[in-house]
Amino acid sequence: MSLLAKSTTHIWIPLFISAGVLFSPSLYAFKVGLVLDKGGKDDKSFNSAAYQGATKAQKELGIEFKYVEAMDSNAIENLHRSFARKDFDLIIGIGFAQAEAVRKIAKQFPDKKFAIVDGEVKATNVRSLLFEEHEGSFLVGALAALKTHGNKVGFIGGMDIPLIRRFEMGYKAGAEKINPKEKLISNFIGVTGDAWNNPAKAKELALAQYNAGVDVIFVAAGASGSGVFDAAEEKKKFAIGVDSNQNWIKPGFILTSMLKRVDIAVYDTIKESKENHFRSGVFRFGLKDEGIDYAVDQYNEKLITPEMKNKVEALKSQIIKGQIQVPDYYKRSKK
Amino acid sequence: MQILSEIFSFYFLLSLLRGATPLIFASMAGLFSERSGLVQIGLEGMMLMGALFAAAGALATHSPWMGFILGGGAGLIAAAIYGFFAIELKSDQVVTGTALNLLAIGFAPFVTKILYDSTGSTPGLDLSSRFSFEPILIALLVSGVIYYLYHRSQLGIVLQFCGEEPAAVETAGYSVRSWRWIFILVCGFLAGLGGASLSLFLASSYSPMMTAGRGFIALAALIFGKWKPLPTLMACLFFATIEAIQIRLQGVDTGIPVPWMQALPYVITIVALAGFFGRSQAPKALGKI
Repeated sequence: MSLLAKSTTHIWIPLFISAGVLFSPSLYAFKVGLVLDKGGKDDKSFNSAAYQGATKAQKELGIEFKYVEAMDSNAIENLHRSFARKDFDLIIGIGFAQAEAVRKIAKQFPDKKFAIVDGEVKATNVRSLLFEEHEGSFLVGALAALKTHGNKVGFIGGMDIPLIRRFEMGYKAGAEKINPKEKLISNFIGVTGDAWNNPAKAKELALAQYNAGVDVIFVAAGASGSGVFDAAEEKKKFAIGVDSNQNWIKPGFILTSMLKRVDIAVYDTIKESKENHFRSGVFRFGLKDEGIDYAVDQYNEKLITPEMKNKVEALKSQIIKGQIQVPDYYKRSKK
Repeated sequence: MQILSEIFSFYFLLSLLRGATPLIFASMAGLFSERSGLVQIGLEGMMLMGALFAAAGALATHSPWMGFILGGGAGLIAAAIYGFFAIELKSDQVVTGTALNLLAIGFAPFVTKILYDSTGSTPGLDLSSRFSFEPILIALLVSGVIYYLYHRSQLGIVLQFCGEEPAAVETAGYSVRSWRWIFILVCGFLAGLGGASLSLFLASSYSPMMTAGRGFIALAALIFGKWKPLPTLMACLFFATIEAIQIRLQGVDTGIPVPWMQALPYVITIVALAGFFGRSQAPKALGKI
């Protein structure tokens, strides 16, 4: 019996190997590995945008694409390393928490190409994709101030990090531009990575803000954002989404979404790399190249009057022309 | 003074009760398990299973009640796995509980990938398929029933003696093994309801690791409450009060750093265990089979 089993195994092994060689696309295709942050592919926000960009590239460019989610920050470096070892051509890290890992692994694998979103890594094989979040936050802050009946606007951030402070600062400045008396009520969900994944706490914070007289809340908190949208729906107030266009999640209750086109940045990076035009260095996306914007579509067009839109569009062109300097938390903290 | 009036308002009370609901279910679940002699650190895993299947059930049936029951059922099945190892195979209960937590963390993405092609979360529930206040009442009602059973019924005596003097239970003609099975299944069902109240009530979908340590806080409440129903309920309300105050006080400069407030439940548990509020005595036969 065992002899028979052994002999059949011998027959099967070469069969499997040859099938693998024949059908594995990895010999031909350009391989892209995507390391998502803790919020995960379905956060409908930051990570979803990155995933969509890569999926679009997969459909249109015929690349081979694989994604993983970093369940905790210790896993990030290993995920990058295993992509590099498995001979992936381009490895993209999503989120500020991955900068250190990308710096280290990019050094160990100089023939591989890397990209990092929201982090700055200086190396010849790394492309850093940064966004001018404060500009878009300024615009949605102005919209919030135009929409609110009182003089309080709300902000809920995920993890308390400089990046999210940058959203908060731009938002406050935008609201004050419309109404200098506007008061900002601001909360952060937590100080660890769990803060991106705690909708229950986000909802409690939002309910507390709505009860305190806020009627528009801007939420920049990854997958926790859904808790704020639930609160807006229950209280019949407004929320502002972030990163992806989130207007569709609760039509009528999401005033707008501050768009951060991670999808475009990821897609373009994959496209250029595949066509052998990979460029390293720091790439900044802002209002002028539509890497940052605010969303108006069929789900929220009734919430934004033409006057509101005109005012915000005027502010937008002033920022692009440099007539308005939006305060930047990064520059402030350097002083 | 404005802070004080904001804290002691009706909204604050609601916020407190919402936060307490999953804790009450989970700590009452823990009470059944630990009083019957089974160390229970797998509450987190049972809650996660409950939260996941409650969300999936409510999505499929558009009824929060169906989801709620299904969540309880999922917790019950998770507890049955624990029971099989801990009662039948007499495995180490702490290790088994830990394994159950890890199993739940890994199992959830597996299920959501099959059902929704998502890596660990379910699609959102609309207003009509989630609760607005009902789990709060159920949690309080359940604690009332458990209080009565524990102190006034024969079942309560059997429960306590399973964890104190199992030999005496056997002598009286009851099978400790069968009763422990019953208690662990009740434990799983209640913990499942605790998880269900998270995904159907406090949030509107299942998201990865959404219990965020509540299973362990519930265990701390059970210890702080000396393994007795009423003090345990009070401990849950107390921990929820601290959490609710901390949410209200964020951004208000009170001179007390927020992380201190966050650490308070754990500090108090340690103080309670050290015997400052009278002895917190574990069931004598806890963990010994």
